[in-house]
Amino acid sequence: MTRPTIRLTVRLTLTASTLALGLAAATAAEARDQIQVAGSSTVLPFATIAAESFGDNGDFKAPVVEGGGTGAGLKKFCEGAGEETIDIATASRKIKPEERDACTKAGVTDIIEVRLGYDGIVFASDAKGADFALTPTDVYKALAAEVVVDGKLAPNTAKTWKEVNAALPDQEIMAFVPGTKHGTREVFEQKVMEAGCKATGAEDVIKGIKTDPKEAAKACTTLRADGASVDIDGDYTETLARIASEPKAIGVFGLSFYEANTDKLKVASVSGITPSVETIADGSYPVSRPLFFYVKKAHIGVVPGLKEFAEFFVSDEMAGKDGSMAGAGLVPDPKLADQQTIVADETVMN
Amino acid sequence: MTAPTRSLLVADARTKARNRAEARFRAYGLAAILLSVTLLGILLVSILSNGLSAFRQTEIAIPVTLDAALVDKGGKGDPASLRATSATAYGKLIAKALKDELARRSIPTGGLSDKDIAALISEQAGADLRNRVLGDPRLVGQTVTVDGLATGRIDGYFKGRVTLESAEKDSKIKPEQLHLADAMRDAGMMALRFNSGFLTNPDASEKRPEAAGLGVAIVGSLYMMIVVLGLSLPIGVAAAVYLEEFAPKNRFTDLIEVNIANLAAVPSIVFGILGLAAFINFAGLPRSAPLVGGLVLTLMTLPRIIIPARAALKAVPPSIRDAALGIGASRMQSVFHHVLPLAAPGILTGMIIGLAQALGETAPLLLIGMVAFVRDMPGLPPGGFLDPATALPVQVYNWTQRADPAFTERASGAIIVLLAFLLIMNAAAILLRRRFERRW
Repeated sequence: MTRPTIRLTVRLTLTASTLALGLAAATAAEARDQIQVAGSSTVLPFATIAAESFGDNGDFKAPVVEGGGTGAGLKKFCEGAGEETIDIATASRKIKPEERDACTKAGVTDIIEVRLGYDGIVFASDAKGADFALTPTDVYKALAAEVVVDGKLAPNTAKTWKEVNAALPDQEIMAFVPGTKHGTREVFEQKVMEAGCKATGAEDVIKGIKTDPKEAAKACTTLRADGASVDIDGDYTETLARIASEPKAIGVFGLSFYEANTDKLKVASVSGITPSVETIADGSYPVSRPLFFYVKKAHIGVVPGLKEFAEFFVSDEMAGKDGSMAGAGLVPDPKLADQQTIVADETVMN
Repeated sequence: MTAPTRSLLVADARTKARNRAEARFRAYGLAAILLSVTLLGILLVSILSNGLSAFRQTEIAIPVTLDAALVDKGGKGDPASLRATSATAYGKLIAKALKDELARRSIPTGGLSDKDIAALISEQAGADLRNRVLGDPRLVGQTVTVDGLATGRIDGYFKGRVTLESAEKDSKIKPEQLHLADAMRDAGMMALRFNSGFLTNPDASEKRPEAAGLGVAIVGSLYMMIVVLGLSLPIGVAAAVYLEEFAPKNRFTDLIEVNIANLAAVPSIVFGILGLAAFINFAGLPRSAPLVGGLVLTLMTLPRIIIPARAALKAVPPSIRDAALGIGASRMQSVFHHVLPLAAPGILTGMIIGLAQALGETAPLLLIGMVAFVRDMPGLPPGGFLDPATALPVQVYNWTQRADPAFTERASGAIIVLLAFLLIMNAAAILLRRRFERRW
């Protein structure tokens, strides 16, 4: 390389770096014109659908949507009010009191809580495998770490589903359950394991042995660690891949994920009800949970299009019975009109 | 006394043992190379076989009449009145045009409902047509040919991912729709074409995986690389030149040296945590911005540039400096006129390899909000550096997590694009070294 070219390069890079440094100062003051959404990975696909259509139709830019989990999203949401914080947090559970406190401390006082719809949690196995008709009792007996034998707690030794319930297939017990960081796990523990614990009468025995109610609840929901139940810390795609290599296993999925993969998976009924958008909406399928999103009222009118997006998110066209998100597995809220009123009136949580 | 005579042609026991040891070592080396080449081959074959199909996409050609009464309800023909028509309305227009076209060509629809026929076309088609009309309002009233994308399942059928058997169980497609797709292909309405949208379109939701592309990710990665280059080259070279040529050798510079080597080995996620705290929470820069991503990657890249730059400077023989100083040049003149130009090829090579590492980095970007769904292209620089964007490796991560199987193919396709960029950069580094490097 000759000397002039080197000089030129040096000069060029110096200019480039001055530009890059100057940028931060020059443009940081510019107003944000894109809505920022973060939170539950269960709500993520629905939020992206809404954001995409909102960008197509409206006169506003499409919102930027991040996943990361309900807890992480609400943490970011409660960091404060102002342009550098997110506008909407999505959640697969209600906001916890301690999260509210964190919000209040950071100055986020007016929060609009909107229920987007419901999500079903389903048990599904390989499409070529046997049919399963489960009940919470079966699942509890098959997967609990300790079960009650002769009035005492003993390690669970059930090997096949047939041992648990004679009506089930003679197939090795093997389950892939979302890890503890997932919101799905919480619902699984509450609606399946605890229900099963209660139904088998094990709960009363446990309460007799363990006086601390927290310990007792934990004994009901602790899963086997001998390989019959495997925690999946990744997402549903990982569970699906594990089932593909282990066709005898049963996996726990969100309804929307199952709906996108019905050619590879076969769904199990729970207490005689096959999960579907209809059976979850009418409440007959037992394992479901509400999905929420939270809007910072202070940002309405500051971030362009925020209220319009919130309204669009719960509009009939999106979250309604024949809406776009129902097609992707969201179970519509039968009282969606109430939620639309909440957004329209900007009703804050008390 | 004479030593016992030994023929040089007949190897004795020790020589044989040494020869055997060498042969063994060569075999180990060869085996190691073969193993790595095989593993690399398996990786490449699996990525290429999964991902090459992402570069082709099924399109449906439909003539659509843009009836002014439907498209321009205000009847004024100005942008404001055209904007009032939603993308959904355009979607319906296209669906109706498809039905009419099937009837005109007398292609049997096999008793499919209107909704099922409309479901063959991607929802993206309506949005694209709306943008086309808004861009050129004279189209209103004319008949245009719309090359709409087919939905992911139909596309998967032509690529072998979806079969008639799997469609039986699939809630998102019916075998009759696949039969219709076959008929449309035979009639020339539907065909696999080169998918330029894969490189230019933004990401898309689960509803339209067929429209998902790498556009935003490529622009985001490019912007980040500009920031990294603009900051780390001058800072890295200045640090290396000072440490190598000017700094006194004492405990303090030793400490700095140890720290630089240490920083080069720090896991990249740590820089993400630092970036979140320093640039977003403290400095108030926006989330998901390529500027913040670039700053974080600069932090990560700097030690990886300083180390090879110092090595390149060290490789310039002292005689060059001595000669320059001897004829009266100042130390700065000797460095900038003689040492730095001679070390430049080595420094540039280190720089490019550092940039290539930064391009493939995902972990630090997770924390600063670049793993996001971004639909709008970032603007032109300098403002565009603060617009939300994603990055290539992040897009790969993002797509592997999606529920719809069509995204698997796209994730592999994105890996191919990323590998192509890395290959170009690394080849450039080798080329520069070959062309300009001097040895003494």
